[in-house]
Amino acid sequence: MAISEPGAEVAEPFAVELKRAGLGATGLRGGIGHFVRRHPLGAAGTIIMGVFVLGALLADLITIYDPLQTDSALSLAPPNAAHWMGADFMGRDIYSRIVYGARISLAVGIGSTLLGCIFGAAIGLSSGYLGGWVDLIAQRVIDILQALPLLVLALVMAAALGPSLRNTIIAIAIPLIPSVARVIRSNTLALRELPFVEAARAIGMSEFRIAVRHVLPNTLAPVIVLATAQLGAAILTEASLSFLGLGIPEPYPSWGRMLSESAAEYVRTAPWLVIFPGAAISLTVFGTNLLGDALRDILDPRQRS
Amino acid sequence: MSAPVLEVSALKKHFPVRKGLLRRSTGTVYAVDGVSFNVMPGETLSLVGESGCGKSTLARTAMRLIEPTSGSIRLDGKDVTRLSRRAMQPYRRELQMIFQDPFSSLNPRMKAGDIVGEPLRVHELSRGQEARARVAALFEQVGLRPAQMQSFPHEFSGGQRQRISIARALALEPKLIIADEPVSALDVSIQAQVINLLMDLQQQRGLSYLFVAHDLAVVEHISHRVAVMYLGKIVEQADKRKVFGNPLHPYTQALLSAVPLPNPKLKREKRILEGDVPSPMNPPSGCPFHTRCPHVFEPCRSVVPAFREVAPGHEAACHLYGVIGSENGIAQGESL
Repeated sequence: MAISEPGAEVAEPFAVELKRAGLGATGLRGGIGHFVRRHPLGAAGTIIMGVFVLGALLADLITIYDPLQTDSALSLAPPNAAHWMGADFMGRDIYSRIVYGARISLAVGIGSTLLGCIFGAAIGLSSGYLGGWVDLIAQRVIDILQALPLLVLALVMAAALGPSLRNTIIAIAIPLIPSVARVIRSNTLALRELPFVEAARAIGMSEFRIAVRHVLPNTLAPVIVLATAQLGAAILTEASLSFLGLGIPEPYPSWGRMLSESAAEYVRTAPWLVIFPGAAISLTVFGTNLLGDALRDILDPRQRS
Repeated sequence: MSAPVLEVSALKKHFPVRKGLLRRSTGTVYAVDGVSFNVMPGETLSLVGESGCGKSTLARTAMRLIEPTSGSIRLDGKDVTRLSRRAMQPYRRELQMIFQDPFSSLNPRMKAGDIVGEPLRVHELSRGQEARARVAALFEQVGLRPAQMQSFPHEFSGGQRQRISIARALALEPKLIIADEPVSALDVSIQAQVINLLMDLQQQRGLSYLFVAHDLAVVEHISHRVAVMYLGKIVEQADKRKVFGNPLHPYTQALLSAVPLPNPKLKREKRILEGDVPSPMNPPSGCPFHTRCPHVFEPCRSVVPAFREVAPGHEAACHLYGVIGSENGIAQGESL
């Protein structure tokens, strides 16, 4: 009797479906376990980035010293029980400065990368998909953006608008736009000729929806790789801008400036001034790269089992 | 006899060839050059011809994926040739397409169920649970399991992917499906399954097909009527039995004699065409086939043969059945 029950026939494939989608009975915990098993490196990247982001958010709770407080008695103090990572030449606690610096460095890195990718994707997609005069104009705009030297741009922006976090993010994002736009445009040119785009048109889908639903998702893999590489570069670029007084104004801590202002002078006499901010930057770059690789695989259905 | 589902008359699609810095037009490809045909309800009309004869361009133009240069397309008696995208939208439900390549005609990042359900979303026919149930029903109709709705295209074989394509085309319940070489990318054993699926669906739903192909064995199996294309023009059109049993145009005769016979002891007259297909950028004067025709005679070189009924229910464009045609647009009688 149980075999002829209509409910049983439907329920069985539905449970299979849910299981395939990684949902259902296995739940969130099962999903995380699956992620860790399939992408152990991606999980490591997630943990690294999670620690940094949490540290930045909870900076007030996990530090004792004010990152801006100078103390001449502590100048160039080596790491000790009270100051785990030592103090810099002005006697400021390096651990506190790194934790607070995460706010600025991550904001600059993530903010400028996102901004550059969003504008680059919009320009690249419309340019490649629409073609014709839109393509012509977009390509010239990209040539202009690419010709702008970063330092001159940042200099002009800092002179006109004053150095600030927002202006730093914008200045670093602009040179990213052309590379993202070119990658997306070239992929779009190939994709728009494929039959599945034609099929969407035959269904009567609007060109905008075709571009966003069918073309854009298929162009993202190289952009994710580009973006994760860019995130680390952005943090270093911010360092050089800040060093020239064009980035984050003194005395706010950023990893890049902590590294650049002490690298030449103190690397031999007080290496902890260089090692700890350097390690923070390297770990962030490493973490985003691991995360980016895992993300690229997860977003590609062909890589899934 | 009811009215045709699709009426194409004097359809032309010419592609300008642009070269150089100023993109000056240096020539024209006459891909489709004055083609007329009708597709009746529940009927399969096959378009056959060799590569590059304009079959696929014709299919895409009839589908309004490419803008025609001139001529008209009527869907259920309504002229849709010049409708805007938006105005075309309701007619898309009548007319759907299946593509040749089962690997690139499905978005690799979408689940099979979403691909088949997309037409329902675009036309706002159903959503949520109801849409899922309709997609599941479509999957069953084309011989797939509803559980496969969650799979991605790369998890399917070529034949299964073509079934997904068919399900997507069926989602809008069209009257006519234009199939552009739907089986030529598949293994022979799978071809038969897909062809039989198409024929079953035709019986169940009263579908019409415009079936573009170059495989004559497949065409003979599925069609009711056959139109033979050469260099952008239809040269012969008739009931399947007439075209295969008594081909009138020399090009059709040559095409049919090229089909391998299963019995090697059976001998038949072979007509091997000489030369290559002329460039569609510079088609020959007069009859487009005269450069390769074994029966060529004087009027063929200058007079374009008229496409007309040369035997009951059997149309062809050939001077062997009386010289009727036009030279430089001036009509010529039999007196020539």
